[in-house]
Amino acid sequence: MEFKLKIWRQKNASAKGKFEDYTLKDVSPEMSFLQMLDYLNQQIIESDGEPVHFEHDCREGICGSCGLYINGRPHGPLTHTTTCELHMREFKDNTTIVIEPWRSKAFPVIKDLVVDRSAFEKVIRAGGFVNANTGSTQDANNIPINKKISDRAFDAAVCIGCGACVAACKNSSAMLFVSAKVSQFAMLPQGKVEAKERVENMVTKMDEVGFGFCSNTYACEYDCPKGISVEFIAKMNREFFSSKVCKSKK
Amino acid sequence: MSKKGFSLTSISHKYIMAAAGAFLMLFLVSHLATNLLLLAGDGGAQFDKAVEFLLTNPAIKIMEYVLFAGFIIHIIIGVVIQLHNSSSRPVGYKVALKSEASAFSRFMIHSGIIIFIFLLIHLYHFFFVKLGFFPLYAGAETGHDFYPMVAYTFKNPVYSIIYILSFIFLGFHLKHAFQSAFQSFGLNHDKYTPAIKVVGTIYAVLIAVGFSIIPLYFLFLYN
Repeated sequence: MEFKLKIWRQKNASAKGKFEDYTLKDVSPEMSFLQMLDYLNQQIIESDGEPVHFEHDCREGICGSCGLYINGRPHGPLTHTTTCELHMREFKDNTTIVIEPWRSKAFPVIKDLVVDRSAFEKVIRAGGFVNANTGSTQDANNIPINKKISDRAFDAAVCIGCGACVAACKNSSAMLFVSAKVSQFAMLPQGKVEAKERVENMVTKMDEVGFGFCSNTYACEYDCPKGISVEFIAKMNREFFSSKVCKSKK
Repeated sequence: MSKKGFSLTSISHKYIMAAAGAFLMLFLVSHLATNLLLLAGDGGAQFDKAVEFLLTNPAIKIMEYVLFAGFIIHIIIGVVIQLHNSSSRPVGYKVALKSEASAFSRFMIHSGIIIFIFLLIHLYHFFFVKLGFFPLYAGAETGHDFYPMVAYTFKNPVYSIIYILSFIFLGFHLKHAFQSAFQSFGLNHDKYTPAIKVVGTIYAVLIAVGFSIIPLYFLFLYN
């Protein structure tokens, strides 16, 4: 296969970036998208050029590091698929592929296709954890949890924090990410203890770090590689409302 | 964003927007019910009775202020959200988002602006004229004489077309707004949300069609 690539190149965070064109021949349809970029970089390095910088780690759709905006969609054309799990056979031969970094005020570009996603870390540090000491692993039957509820909590917990929801949202809102984190804890007994403080602190931090406001377009759900539902955003809205209305002043 | 105060977080904006919107959606139903009396074919007798009731009932007087507040809040919060969101992606994409998000949801501010412009025209006709801010329309004998004013205004095809187009855009606005309000209130449920979306679409179509048949009646059937 042969592709024309249009890739965003930016030397550093303060530099003015631009698109550069590359032609890549002999691409195997079995290559993953990141392998294709590795292949490109090999050729760039061999001709003493600066390779294209992009993030990756596990390359099996778990870590959330890879995240490229490919031909107008976060993580490319396949639904429920991360960039690393995308293969070149999904693209038509002899076409142009435009590769851009996530675009959001809260995710500034560091270099080329790498963006700073520490805004997500700040939101997590504001409450995305359980403070209570839950001790060592207990017998599974000590804390009875309805199977449906545990499955639902898991549906939220599969969020890999890649940021595709922000990239896909016309408002660069992070509500799908934050709602997944809020919900996974709010549904389980260990997390319920601090549910009210958690939702308030995480939402406040989400606003502080510069994400946009959600306007219910649901683009995030469509482009989430893990298929996280906007039902969790509704759940976060409920959690937030009940925390504001019901929480004691003391 | 402050850590204190209900009205300042992103979710609070959602709740206020949805609450004001839901109130306006209820208002549209009562407004349409009143307006449909124009089609009774009785020279406006029933319509005049309804107008008389609305103008003299003290509860309605109070609701007029609440309604005004509902519009102002909905518009101001909508503009605030839009301004905030337009600054949240300073560098845009080269290839526009190919999202499955519906056009109705993506263009709420645009349909909203069109409805706002229509609202100003509407207020000019029925409120500012009544208050004596502007001269009476030819054909209307007094500021309270709404039926002749309606008949006269809708006989003008330009105004009727503007009116119908505005309600088509309102339909687009409502198509997203109805289910969006439920979502903002946290009312999303796998059992009920599909039904809410269907009801929302029916509601949007009924409002758009319901209001649009009135100018068509005056344009083509009324003499």
